[in-house]
Amino acid sequence: MKLVTAIIKPFKLDEVKDALKAAGVAGITVGEVRGFGRQGGHTETYRGAEYKIDFVPKVQLEIVVDDGAVDTVIDTITTAAATDKIGDGKIWVTDVERLVRIRTGEEGPDAI
Amino acid sequence: MDAGNNAWVLTSAALILFMTPGLAFFYAGMVRSKNVLGMLMQNIFAMGLISVLWAFIGFSLAFGGDGNFVGNLDYAFMNDVATTIDFPGFELAVPGMTFFAFQMMFAIITPALITGATADRLKFSGYALFIALWSLIVYSPVAHWVWDTGGWIFDSGALDFAGGAAIHINAGVAALAVVMVVGPRRGHGSEPMPPHNLPLTVLGTGILWFGWFGFNAGSALLADGIASQALVNTHLAAASAMLGWLVVEKIKTGHATTLGACSGAVAGLVAITPCAGFVGGLSPIWIGLIAGVVCYLALGLKTALKLDDSLDVIAVHLVGGLIGTILLGFFADDTVNALGDGLFYGGGGELLKDQVLAALGVMVFSGVVTYILATIVQKTIGLRVDEDGELTGLDQSQHAESAYQP
Repeated sequence: MKLVTAIIKPFKLDEVKDALKAAGVAGITVGEVRGFGRQGGHTETYRGAEYKIDFVPKVQLEIVVDDGAVDTVIDTITTAAATDKIGDGKIWVTDVERLVRIRTGEEGPDAI
Repeated sequence: MDAGNNAWVLTSAALILFMTPGLAFFYAGMVRSKNVLGMLMQNIFAMGLISVLWAFIGFSLAFGGDGNFVGNLDYAFMNDVATTIDFPGFELAVPGMTFFAFQMMFAIITPALITGATADRLKFSGYALFIALWSLIVYSPVAHWVWDTGGWIFDSGALDFAGGAAIHINAGVAALAVVMVVGPRRGHGSEPMPPHNLPLTVLGTGILWFGWFGFNAGSALLADGIASQALVNTHLAAASAMLGWLVVEKIKTGHATTLGACSGAVAGLVAITPCAGFVGGLSPIWIGLIAGVVCYLALGLKTALKLDDSLDVIAVHLVGGLIGTILLGFFADDTVNALGDGLFYGGGGELLKDQVLAALGVMVFSGVVTYILATIVQKTIGLRVDEDGELTGLDQSQHAESAYQP
């Protein structure tokens, strides 16, 4: 099992969600996060005074999938979240040691 | 007593009162989220404290007797207020009680204007003591100078329709003096402090603009043609000042901002205040335009003076008030109001000279006395919040509340 974590532009969330559902993903956890990558921050101006905003709002998705579905999930997110402009975000994959469904106590891929 | 006049001036009193919560939201949107309630409270609290002081002695110190510098105690504790009808030294077209109420609303908002300069760092008890002293020792005398017969500005021939000098220059200079005493916000210049909720500021601007019709058109103290002229002037000046501010902002920073539109409109409202019942034609548009452009450029003053005037009370109220007070010396038109004739309308430089002297007089008195009062409060019970309280934010440290739940 793998944990796929993706950072995307907030306005792309609905498209990514719909695409992942269509690709058969059973669940997504979403959080509003802030950060910067190569895009850096942006500048805001209030009464002539400039403020450098380093942390840009982004959405973080976490999806636990079976090993075989990882490539599909990554392709789906990459396609749906892309705007081809800087700041589209990143995806990374980590191993999941153990997964438990709280209601039934099922473990492993059955709990996805 | 004419019912129409009374109805309009009473309505104006209510409109002006509404400006204080409007100002509260105008400012509260610009502070950081931990200081929102602190800012709202400082403004709303003025409605409580200043009103009671006004009934006790504030009104009498402003409108009692005909001394040159300050009123007397003839009307203290509401004595004879209900039966007198010539408070400013001439017979009013409205009951004395209406005049009392109308003037009370000006007294409330004037100290509240100062809170924008000292945002995020006043101790509540110190603030309360300071505005109580300031209202009685600075505001009442200056209101007397400007609006009561015997007052040296009133008698000099200088004009101030609704408080360009008595309210805006007065509060603007006071803001400068208090900032000199309390110093900058911790982190000023090193950490960013952008406005936390500009929609509140836009809402506050709308309330201020709406209330300003009472502020200026009500100052006719009649429901006559001068009131109509004042209302139209007020609106046009706000409109053109917004445009002036935005054009300069767009040229200088590349964007026309919502905060710029709001700030420009308020600058125009401030500048037209002394002129409202004395100018006509397109003059309010020119006055507003000049105010919008010059007040924007005046934002740099605080940097030059090395002062943390947090929400630009100096640029908007002091500079805006000066612009209106001085431009009146040029734009006053005696076909609009027989009391004034400016340089552009064949009146020569006499009025302009009187206007400049009035502005200087208010600046020196208010600046010096405010500095002394603020210093006394700071050295006794403390005017500035302690470091922990400031870092935590005024909402929690002063009021044990939070504006927003995490």
